[in-house]
Amino acid sequence: MSGTFVGMPAFPKAARDAVRNPTLRGNLRHATHTIRAKRARAVAELDDWSALREAGRRIKDHTLRHLDRYLLQLEESVTAAGGTVHWAADADDANRIVTQLVKETGESEVVKVKSMATQEIGLNEALLEAGIRAYETDLAELIVQLGKDRPSHILVPAIHRNRGEIRDIFRAEMGEWGRPAPEGLTDTPAELAEAARLHLREKFLRAKVGISGANFMVAETGTLVVVESEGNGRMCLTLPETLISVVGIEKVVPAWRDLEVFLQTLPRSSTAERMNPYTSTWTGTTDDDGPRTFHLVLLDNGRTDTLADQVGRQALRCIRCSACLNVCPVYERAGGHAYGSVYPGPIGAILSPQLRGTAGEIDASLPYASSLCGACYEVCPVAIDIPEVLVHLRERVVEGGPAVRQGNKVMLKPAKGHAAERAAMRAARWAFTHPGALRTGQRLASRTRRLHPRTLPGPGKAWSGTRDLPPLPAEPFRDWWQRTRGGKGDAK
Amino acid sequence: MSSRDRVLGRVGRALADVTPDERPYEEAVGRDYLREHGHRTTEQTVELLAENLADYRAIVHRSDAEEMPYLVMRLLAAHGSREVLVPPGLPPEWMSAADPVRIHDRAVSTPQRLDQVDSVVTGCAVAIAETGTIVLDGSPDQGRRRISLIPDHHICVVRVPDQVVSSVPQALERLDPARPLTWISGPSATSDIELDRVEGVHGPRKLEVILLG
Repeated sequence: MSGTFVGMPAFPKAARDAVRNPTLRGNLRHATHTIRAKRARAVAELDDWSALREAGRRIKDHTLRHLDRYLLQLEESVTAAGGTVHWAADADDANRIVTQLVKETGESEVVKVKSMATQEIGLNEALLEAGIRAYETDLAELIVQLGKDRPSHILVPAIHRNRGEIRDIFRAEMGEWGRPAPEGLTDTPAELAEAARLHLREKFLRAKVGISGANFMVAETGTLVVVESEGNGRMCLTLPETLISVVGIEKVVPAWRDLEVFLQTLPRSSTAERMNPYTSTWTGTTDDDGPRTFHLVLLDNGRTDTLADQVGRQALRCIRCSACLNVCPVYERAGGHAYGSVYPGPIGAILSPQLRGTAGEIDASLPYASSLCGACYEVCPVAIDIPEVLVHLRERVVEGGPAVRQGNKVMLKPAKGHAAERAAMRAARWAFTHPGALRTGQRLASRTRRLHPRTLPGPGKAWSGTRDLPPLPAEPFRDWWQRTRGGKGDAK
Repeated sequence: MSSRDRVLGRVGRALADVTPDERPYEEAVGRDYLREHGHRTTEQTVELLAENLADYRAIVHRSDAEEMPYLVMRLLAAHGSREVLVPPGLPPEWMSAADPVRIHDRAVSTPQRLDQVDSVVTGCAVAIAETGTIVLDGSPDQGRRRISLIPDHHICVVRVPDQVVSSVPQALERLDPARPLTWISGPSATSDIELDRVEGVHGPRKLEVILLG
């Protein structure tokens, strides 16, 4: 994935640092609680929400189970409508294709609509290496780009920044990239948005090449769909002469009619609106309206590996609404950066390790970045059972087993760091089947409680390095029960 | 091997567990959801459209054929518009009382030129009451996508009740996917700064909808 995330510490370390940052926690708590309440109201307006959710799940599942057929149909219909389809097996492939396409236009700058897929492949960095400057045009992406920062939320990438921080970034950095921030810029959201409008408009009006992702691609008609709020999407999709869209292969849906489900569930789940301010659809090119040249780059980059996992493939149903982030107690405290990937939160915890494999330290830690409370599953508009996949991936990290990497079957070894955990589980099994030993052990532990260290020694060190040891009670529960209720009301 | 063959080969192998006689699309995708939410008369549907448009900060007006030219004139004057973009197929009578200079969007007009225009007046293809959405499809009374995007002030005319549907499913049925579509729900907005909604970032900051009946 994006080079910006390489070298990030694994989740436990990053999360521990993040939860000690009171500004970050304040920003996140405010944002997630606001949107959580709004989402619930927006969803409650529709009596048939559960039926829409089920239909969305089924459409996506059906498409994934016949993905080859629908991709071929999509290729045919996009081509027939005047577009050109390219296939990219991995990030390098995709970056090479896009760089080449931009070079062919003779341009050295491009405007971009917010796109997770291009972040995932590190497209901006690849373009820069080829001497092409990519301008992010979504307000939040602009804040992230100007701040030389990383996105921390799927929908609101700058959710970790408050208005004061944003003003400081605009004042310091806008001039480096184009029109500087107005004199005396304050931190009111309206003024900040106005500064972004002026800064970006000069770029939109002269742009010859636009780069986008897409929320949906319709196989039947070859139509691409972009859902947005600000109008920067419309600018990038319609003003340039050349449009290049980089889209994950899982974004295809079979029929035009399928949009009736997702255009109801996506806005309400993501921004808690009945409908987002702007949705654009286009089918190939249209004479005298919009780009004259349209390229679609279909991206694999680990998606087929995910598809090969019968439990984990449901993660590909994701429509990137970010509802799961906003309800997640772990995300709310740790923030998006702790996940060390473009996809943060609960969906990131199952998507990133599948797209990238669990070999890296970050990816092996992500399935543990959850309390398994299940709130993410409850709000998911396509009913991805995130806890089920988390447990499945934990098992894979600990036990190893068969998996597919870059199209090849591999046998994963158990992760090294988990030997102590397996030993502890074996010891627990023994103790629970030997009640006498358990009782003796518990009493001994209670009596020595004041002597206990804060962290565990030896192989337990890694475990307690990321958790505070729970304090032991003065008396074991079983003794307390015997003392207070002993004999009374006992069935025996 | 080409990337295309590589990706399609991987997809095929990844789906080894999928039996070929799986249920076809029509059966696999149940559609138990509603075609529209609630029962409304035509007039109630138009009323709901007006409410939801206003809820998302569009300014809603009602008019009839007789009043229409004067309403358009007043709205343009109130905005202080000196130039107004008009698509080629806009009914000329709508603009018959308007003072501003009419600008036509020619293929050679640069975006910079259109950026100097104050307002745009268009029709629409369909409007969705439940979501407060108007949809443009590039027909002659709506023009190219860029004209409803660049000016800061968009006046959009919805013919009621003919162009109004209740729901998203009903709208998709009416629309032609071969045309480029722009769905508009209120003025341009962002919630990227502390989730405070701010109107007007890149699209028109002022959206006025005239319900023409």
